[in-house]
Amino acid sequence: MAIKDPTQPVPGTYLFNGKMAKKGYGLNKMCYSFNEQAARDEFNKDPDAYCAKFGLTEKQIKAIHDRDIIGLLQEGGSIYYVAKFAGLLKLNMQDIGAIQTGLSLDEFKALLVKNGSGEA
Amino acid sequence: MANIIGAVTTSHIPAIANAMANKQEDTPYWKPFFDGYPPVRKWLNEKQPDVIVLFYNDHGLEFFIDKKPTFAIGVADEYHNSDEGWGIATIPPVTGESELSWHIANSLVEDGFDMTICQEMKVDHGLTVPLSLMWPGNNYGHVKVIPVCINCEQHPMPQPWRCFELGKAIGKAIESYDEDISVAIFGTGGLSHQLDGERAGIINREFDLECMDKLVSDPEALTKYSNLELVEIGGAQTVELNMWIAMRGALRGKVTELHRNYHAPISNTGSGVLLLEHEMPSK
Repeated sequence: MAIKDPTQPVPGTYLFNGKMAKKGYGLNKMCYSFNEQAARDEFNKDPDAYCAKFGLTEKQIKAIHDRDIIGLLQEGGSIYYVAKFAGLLKLNMQDIGAIQTGLSLDEFKALLVKNGSGEA
Repeated sequence: MANIIGAVTTSHIPAIANAMANKQEDTPYWKPFFDGYPPVRKWLNEKQPDVIVLFYNDHGLEFFIDKKPTFAIGVADEYHNSDEGWGIATIPPVTGESELSWHIANSLVEDGFDMTICQEMKVDHGLTVPLSLMWPGNNYGHVKVIPVCINCEQHPMPQPWRCFELGKAIGKAIESYDEDISVAIFGTGGLSHQLDGERAGIINREFDLECMDKLVSDPEALTKYSNLELVEIGGAQTVELNMWIAMRGALRGKVTELHRNYHAPISNTGSGVLLLEHEMPSK
């Protein structure tokens, strides 16, 4: 995070707390709706109109457009709801991990193997 | 009197459901993971528990953040899974155990655990993946399941010590139930992982193995951690350890480890399995 925030004490981690839950309410509500196929179809048909329906902020809409996972978290997205947006884009947890860490997919998978083996 | 006959811990990663659906159990990636399950299945098959009390967390299927219970318990005769948005197949209905569920709910609230009590509750991969893992082919319809949902998604979350106390209170409730049935406790989720942020990809193998040891012999040590410490040590979603700690709270006396497996990574996660028995109260 660019600015030191006492409610976010772990660098590189976006604790989903009350502040974030309030900030990201509309964004998360939109992503929660993606549990339904009809909602996913409606979003795909006209993303901007769908974002407007849930009152997303300009920053949130930009992050949706840019598939900017970190941006979505910074704007109050919960990873569990952001994952539903990622699913709509056919991205899995390793894809999202690669995007967030700035690694290629293979590099991110190698990182998981390294961490999982206890080498790190 | 109802008896707790033992406990199982398992990961509940959605990718496991896809691996089973795509018959990838014997591929090099998945084999070390799935090899951990036959001993647990064998135990369940031999012991035939009537009821499973299953600790899990809901990742945004039943509960949105409009209303987010800290602890919730299902009291229904049946539970349904449904589309979670990213393509794991839904599974057949899960059988509930309404009467014992209400008994537990009454006892918990009496003991100071102010549960959210649910007569309708969609259950997500947190609950369904463990059932599919234990009863391949989704042949779990004969087992009655009582879902106990712990908030692991939105801070403030219940702390490890509190989840341990919840488990204890559930153990006490089960043992005060006046029907001759057998109950197994499932703790699901974990272990170390972080899905979000620049720090995504953390797995702490050493910590996971230590948690599995302590869960057997010294669970109180785990209750000393705060959720924030778990986040720092193992990654943001390591708080799912709370479901394992809750499970352990329901066991009593000397706990025996019958089986364990640990493999990492599966998806982004350290995946552990434990099969435990404890000292059964004398009748």
